[in-house]
Amino acid sequence: MKVAKKIVLHFPQQTIDKPVVSGLIREFGLDFNILKASISPGEEGLMIMELTGEQKDYNRGIKYLREAGLEIQYLSQDVWRNDDRCTHCGACIAMCPTRAFTLEEKTRRVLFDNSKCIVCELCVRACPPRAMELKF
Amino acid sequence: MARTIAEINEKIKKGRAVVVTAEEVIGIARKKGVAAAAKEIDVVTTGTFGPMCSSSAYMNLGHTKPRMKVGGGRVYLNDVPAYTGVAAVDIILGATAMPDDDPKNKIYPGEFNYGGGHVIEELVAGKDIRMIASGYGTDCYPRKKLETLININTINEAILFNLRNAYQNYNVAVNVSSRMIYTYMGVLKPRLGNANFCSAGQLAPLLNDPLYKTIGIGTRIFLGGGVGYVAWHGTQHNPSAPRTKKGVPTRGAGTLAVIGDLKQMKAKWLVGTSFLGYGATLTVGIGVPIPVLNEEILEYTLVTDADILAPVVDYSDAYPNRKPDVLAEVSYADLKSGKINVGGKDIPTASLSSYPGAVEIATTLKEWISSGRFLLSEPVAPLPGVEAGIKLKALEERPLP
Repeated sequence: MKVAKKIVLHFPQQTIDKPVVSGLIREFGLDFNILKASISPGEEGLMIMELTGEQKDYNRGIKYLREAGLEIQYLSQDVWRNDDRCTHCGACIAMCPTRAFTLEEKTRRVLFDNSKCIVCELCVRACPPRAMELKF
Repeated sequence: MARTIAEINEKIKKGRAVVVTAEEVIGIARKKGVAAAAKEIDVVTTGTFGPMCSSSAYMNLGHTKPRMKVGGGRVYLNDVPAYTGVAAVDIILGATAMPDDDPKNKIYPGEFNYGGGHVIEELVAGKDIRMIASGYGTDCYPRKKLETLININTINEAILFNLRNAYQNYNVAVNVSSRMIYTYMGVLKPRLGNANFCSAGQLAPLLNDPLYKTIGIGTRIFLGGGVGYVAWHGTQHNPSAPRTKKGVPTRGAGTLAVIGDLKQMKAKWLVGTSFLGYGATLTVGIGVPIPVLNEEILEYTLVTDADILAPVVDYSDAYPNRKPDVLAEVSYADLKSGKINVGGKDIPTASLSSYPGAVEIATTLKEWISSGRFLLSEPVAPLPGVEAGIKLKALEERPLP
C-alpha cells in the first residue's frame, strides 16, 4: 500500500553535517518533496517534506531517520487554529500559498484544512486576532 | 404607511414587533413587494464586526489610601500606557497604544501582538490587569507610586468610547509596487497580489440608512455584546462623499462615535487585534436597529452587495502620499465572489471585517428586540447629512514662526 505523509524533521546540531535525507531514496526507495527547509551550520535545523512510498518502506524510512538522531513530527499538528479567537474575517485566505483556507459559501465562515498546510507560517502573523498558532 | 418609534416600542413591549435583519429584508421585499414589506416590518437590524481604530475605554480607578494623583503622571495597564491628563484617577486607554518596550517596526514588520485593544479585551473578559502608576505627589494627593492588580468589577466606571467606528463604506486596498507591504488593511502582496476590503456591505449599519434618516445622536445600539449609544457623529464623518442615485456612498463617508458601559459587554465582541507591520487595534461588534418609519426608510434597507461600490486604492503609493487616484470601482458582490478584476488582472480578495460576525450581531439584536428586552430610542439630534456641506480637511502644514 502506497502512503504519502507530510512530516516535520528536526535536525539536532550534531546531525546537520551528515547526508541523512538522501538515504531515504537510496536505501528505501522513497520519494520526497521538500516543502520548507531551514538548516544552517551550528544551529538546529528544520525540514518539512512530503514522504511518499510503500507503507513498509515508509515505516523503515522513519525508523532510519529516528536512528540517525532526527526528531519527527507529523505536519498537521503544527499549525492549528484557535477557534475561540478566529473571527472569520478572511485575512488569511489570500496569504496562504496552498489554499488551506476557504470560505464556506453560504455562511462565509473561514474553513481551515490543515492537510493542505505546509507550515510556511504566513497566516500566523497575518491573522489579525492571532488565531493561528504554532505548536511544536 | 407611516409609524413612529413610540408606536414601534409599544409593539416591542407587547412582543408583537416584526423584526428582520438587513439580509432577510431583501428577500422579503422581493417576494412581497416594498409596500407590503414596509407595512409588515417594524425594525430592520444591521451588524458589523471589524477592526475599528479610534476605539478606546475610559476608567475611573477609585482612590487609594493615601490618595494619589495619577493625572499628569503615568499609568501602565499590562505595560500598555494609558492617558492620564484628565484628572486624579480617570484614565483613557486607546486601542492602538503599545508598550514602551515593544520593538514596533524596528524589527520590520513588527508583530504588535499586545496593545491597548488587547487590554480592553482582557478587561472585559474579567481578567485582572496589572497596573503600574507614578505621579508627582501633592499635598492633597501625597502618594507617588502604585503597583496593583485592577479588575473591571472593582473599578468605579469602565466605559467604551469609540471616536470613529462603523465606517460607511471603505477603500479596497491593493499594492501596485514590487515589494510586500504591511498596512492597516492587512498584508498586501506585490503587483496586485491580493485585495483586502473591510465592510459588512449589505448588513453594515450606515449603508442601510445612507442619508442618516433614522440613526442619530442617542440611538440605542448593540455595542460590544452589550447595549450602547451613538454619542455623536464619528471623526472624519464625511457625508459629502460621492453617492449613487440611491444615496449610497461610493467612498468612505459617514462614521459613528459610540459609547457604552464596558461592564456589560462581552470579550467575544471586543477582540484585541494585531496588524503585522502596522499596529494593534480592537475588533468591535456593532449593531444598529433601523425603525421602519415609512416605505422610504425600508427601501434604503433593501440595499444589496451588488448596489454598493467601493474604490480600489493602491496602498504602496496613492494612499501614503495622499493622492486621490482610484484604480477601479468594484461592488461588494464582486469582492465577495473571491476575486475582482482590475485592469484585466484577476486579484483574489479577502475581508478584514467578519461577515459571519455581522450576521450574528444583526440576529442577536433582532432577538433582543423581538423578545422585548431592547427598546428603540428616539435620536435627540440628527447626524450631519449631505446638506451640512462638510468638507473633509487635510492637514496643510505651515512653517513655525
